[in-house]
Amino acid sequence: MDNKQIPEQITYANILFFGAWIGIFIMILTYVVYATGLITPHVDIMLIIQNWDKGVDEYMHITNSPRGWEWLTLLDKSDYLNFVGLVLIALLTIVCYLFLMVGYKKKKDWIYFFICLFEIIVLAFAASGILDAGGH
Amino acid sequence: MSKTHIIKWCHALSLFALVLFFHALVMAATQDLSPAPTSDWPWWVWPLLLFVFCFVLGIVAVLAGVGGGVLYVPLVGGFFPFHIDFVRGAGLMVALAGALAAGPGLLRRNLASIRLALPVALIASACSIVGALLGLYLSKLNPNIVQVCLGTTIFGIAILLLFSKNTEKPVVTKQDAIGLALNIHGCYLDEATQEIVHWKTHHTLLGLVMFIFIGVLAGMFGLGAGWANVPVLNLLMGAPLKISVATSKFLLSITDTSAAWIYFNKGCVIPLIAIPSIVGLMFGSFVGVKLLSIVKAKFIRYIVIAVLLFAGLKAIDKGLGIGILG
Repeated sequence: MDNKQIPEQITYANILFFGAWIGIFIMILTYVVYATGLITPHVDIMLIIQNWDKGVDEYMHITNSPRGWEWLTLLDKSDYLNFVGLVLIALLTIVCYLFLMVGYKKKKDWIYFFICLFEIIVLAFAASGILDAGGH
Repeated sequence: MSKTHIIKWCHALSLFALVLFFHALVMAATQDLSPAPTSDWPWWVWPLLLFVFCFVLGIVAVLAGVGGGVLYVPLVGGFFPFHIDFVRGAGLMVALAGALAAGPGLLRRNLASIRLALPVALIASACSIVGALLGLYLSKLNPNIVQVCLGTTIFGIAILLLFSKNTEKPVVTKQDAIGLALNIHGCYLDEATQEIVHWKTHHTLLGLVMFIFIGVLAGMFGLGAGWANVPVLNLLMGAPLKISVATSKFLLSITDTSAAWIYFNKGCVIPLIAIPSIVGLMFGSFVGVKLLSIVKAKFIRYIVIAVLLFAGLKAIDKGLGIGILG
């Protein structure tokens, strides 16, 4: 039985390992910046606390928060700086799948190659923010 | 310090953690943090409270053998003042971070089977997008609908945990056509017996269909879906328990990613809530792993089942506006 790991499985593990820990480290670092007030946030913390019991649409409207990828324009604000670590860990799987796809292509394992391809499409579709287009 | 002393300290620490956890739970149940005068408290109390709560939750989750997400959403949703949209967003990030941190070790040891995970992950992750959109739509319509559905699901999960009897090494006499086509099989070294265990799956089609529902539920409620993955992989598809548990954990890193993106793009991930939760739960999990060999995990598992039953009923109570449970 062919049970050997493809080398890309180890690459996958390595990317996950370093990516997840770098992401968590960035999260802690940016949160300290946010909590200590070293950089001004886009939304005042008290305004968040007063409105976090409201539904997301109402909250977004009151706090004038950006949707989708618009937060990238607010990277100079401490609250959105926090998104860097969060986004990093959410992007890791897509990167890992790219490596897996290469491995399956080398092995000419086309079923798994296409499974990886479709998964990347699904994840990229979810990440794109297209599905939130009607939410404004 | 002798081993006995270390064990005693660990027992004391785990007992303290449990006492703290249930104290918070009882406090929340009796006083209900939800209508608390949030603006009267210094802002930093909230992330601190959340960090400590999630730290204890992380310990308890590991000891009880359940994922952090399945405890996080009902408990934080029931006892903290956050809207369910933000709890689900943070819950998915919590489950995702936990799965990503566990993934590398499981992949390197070949315990998480990529051949088993990839097909089911594709179905579950696509369906978790549908679940996330459905959950957000229902919550926009009326958040109480989500609370009642969440409560019912959590109640069901507790029952499942109570009665599900996983099989260490299920017997699969004949692999089905889909399993053969996808070449889903493998082997691993059972460290206890030093035996090489070969495995393959059956009922693959039914298993794949089940992952449609699992994906929808995971996305809809922001729960990690280990509670459902393991029984389907183990009991239905016939994968050995170790492979099922490891593959399930790895699977969460994929399933939760797609749902997390939907919540993230919608604005449901508030760093003020999400980051202390992720960090607290991860640190708690590390402590939980250290305590795993020295505490009576079975007893804790029963307590967690009782907590889930209570949290499920509380969510139903909250959703229906009955108010019996505070």
